[in-house]
Amino acid sequence: MGLDTFQEIWFTLKQNRLRTFLTGFGVFWGIFMLVLLLGVGQGLKHGIEKSFSSDDRRSMWVSSRKTSVPYKGLAQGRNIQLTLADVRALRDRVPSIDILSAEQSLGSIWRGDIYVTYGQRSGNFGVFGVAGRYFEIKKFQDYHHGRRLNDFDESESRKVVVIGTRVAERLFNPGVNPVGKQIAVNGVSVKVIGVFYDSGWEGRMSERIYMPLAVYQKTFGRGEDVGVIAITPKPDVDNKTLSQQIMAVLQERHRVAPNDKTAIRLFDLAEQTKEVNATFTGINLFLWFVGLGTLMAGVVGISNIMIISVKERTREIGVRKALGAPPVIIMTAIVSESLLVTVTAGYIGLVASVGLLELYNLAAAKGGLSLPYFERPQVDIGIAFSALAILVGIGALAGLVPAWHAAAISPIEAMREE
Amino acid sequence: MIELNNIHKYYGDDSNRLHVLKGVNASVADGEMVSIMGSSGSGKSTLLNILGLLDQYDTGEYRLGDIAISAGLSEAKAAWLRNRFIGFVFQSFNLLPFKNATENVALPLYYQKVGRKERNYRAEELLDKVGLGDRKQHMPSEMSGGQKQRVAIARALITDPKVILADEPTGALDSQTTDEIMSLFKSVHATGKTIVIVTHEKEIADQTDRLIWLRDGKVSQPEEA
Repeated sequence: MGLDTFQEIWFTLKQNRLRTFLTGFGVFWGIFMLVLLLGVGQGLKHGIEKSFSSDDRRSMWVSSRKTSVPYKGLAQGRNIQLTLADVRALRDRVPSIDILSAEQSLGSIWRGDIYVTYGQRSGNFGVFGVAGRYFEIKKFQDYHHGRRLNDFDESESRKVVVIGTRVAERLFNPGVNPVGKQIAVNGVSVKVIGVFYDSGWEGRMSERIYMPLAVYQKTFGRGEDVGVIAITPKPDVDNKTLSQQIMAVLQERHRVAPNDKTAIRLFDLAEQTKEVNATFTGINLFLWFVGLGTLMAGVVGISNIMIISVKERTREIGVRKALGAPPVIIMTAIVSESLLVTVTAGYIGLVASVGLLELYNLAAAKGGLSLPYFERPQVDIGIAFSALAILVGIGALAGLVPAWHAAAISPIEAMREE
Repeated sequence: MIELNNIHKYYGDDSNRLHVLKGVNASVADGEMVSIMGSSGSGKSTLLNILGLLDQYDTGEYRLGDIAISAGLSEAKAAWLRNRFIGFVFQSFNLLPFKNATENVALPLYYQKVGRKERNYRAEELLDKVGLGDRKQHMPSEMSGGQKQRVAIARALITDPKVILADEPTGALDSQTTDEIMSLFKSVHATGKTIVIVTHEKEIADQTDRLIWLRDGKVSQPEEA
């Protein structure tokens, strides 16, 4: 399409400003709603994922409580305590486990908060002793200051901790970098080497303090007891099969009935993620359906208005044909008109909707605007471009019917009309 | 320039067929200015449409210059031929209302992919020649009937066609303007252009070289010489 053709089309569109505007608005609204809906869908997904914590999405977390079923002569209500022996047994007997790590924690069983102080400030937080490749599972933790715990911290029994952002907020003045400061955990002085943010439990996992397991065991003396065992499967291992194997080993070791749901619990994040993903696939399909429906309505509108426009311009088209406009030029002009309106209006819709989403993100980042279960609404560039591609396709399609009408106009009939 | 041999044209379907042209034989020589007359229903509009490649004939032979126009000419080919070889002037002018005089005149060149600058230059030159040098930027709604028809004639001339076909070119004009337009046609004719004017006015026909009288779908001798 040369500049000349473009000018010709532009001129025609300018002739009918209101009509062009109204036609374009349908498409604008369609693409605006489609992208906005998809962006909001992503926002919801991010919001839900936020409560997924910063853990590897395939990780499994095993914890224990009381038995609820009598088994092998043992009464129900028996306390089950996981130990490092369980960890070793799992390592020996379940080869498809990749990372195997344990959390030890102070307090009853595995919860319970510890009194932590820095100068005049203090708070109660969960304190965890962790070892192995624990932080490889917590791989989505966001470190604001310092670093994670590493193998040397463990092997040299360094008295160091990483603290969550909420711990830092409580103990330190705003703007103070806690890294290098000594804090007291249950009266024991330890050095802060990192500050992390963990999105789990809506950020409440950032109320934790982690220290090397060796230090933890020496300092708080809980021996072999373990609160939570964290596991990731090897690549290509099915989570479900693995979780059954793990449960079988642990239930056997602790003499727990296979049908006892409370004694030993295994939380499979992959399962959770899968469910949420399935839900969002459904929601996304629905959003596409609604969005495309709106878009289609806009396109049918374009097609209709263009058919009317062709009718109105019958005489003009007839004259053009008499003067030598070949059918293909007439058709090209109509299709181009439709394309120009659709693509321009659609592009504005795209920019407006992405702009609106970004504006929300900006307000969320700068102004602290936040909605529950809604975060970072966004449309990825692939979707934006496929929306644009769809737009070009349907723009051309919308123009085809009226273009065909126009091409069929007989110059004689057209010019006879008064 | 124009050779028509036993042209037949039918309208309607088999059950209700109208035989409009019943073997028209006519010719127009190069540089001739002829008029076609006939009572209404004689088929003169149909003949003009066939001459102008706006309509197809059913049987017969039609030669336009060196080109044999076949009965089943495609619209694309017809459009190409119209654009290059035929200039139209209509009773109701048929100017595009949203284009000014220059743009209207330049329009046929657009379909020859001539650039805007050159198009407009040539259009303005022609507007000077037809006496509208001071109306180049005027819109059709700002011009009188005579001025509009001058624009239309300029538009018909811009592609330097082999033949000008005029359909009742003075039908919508008063007598003084009619004279002006006819003298414009004559001056165009003087440059060597072939012109065919369809009219029902004897005074117009009298100003042409020759009269083709159409009666009941055939060329016949004028009823009054």
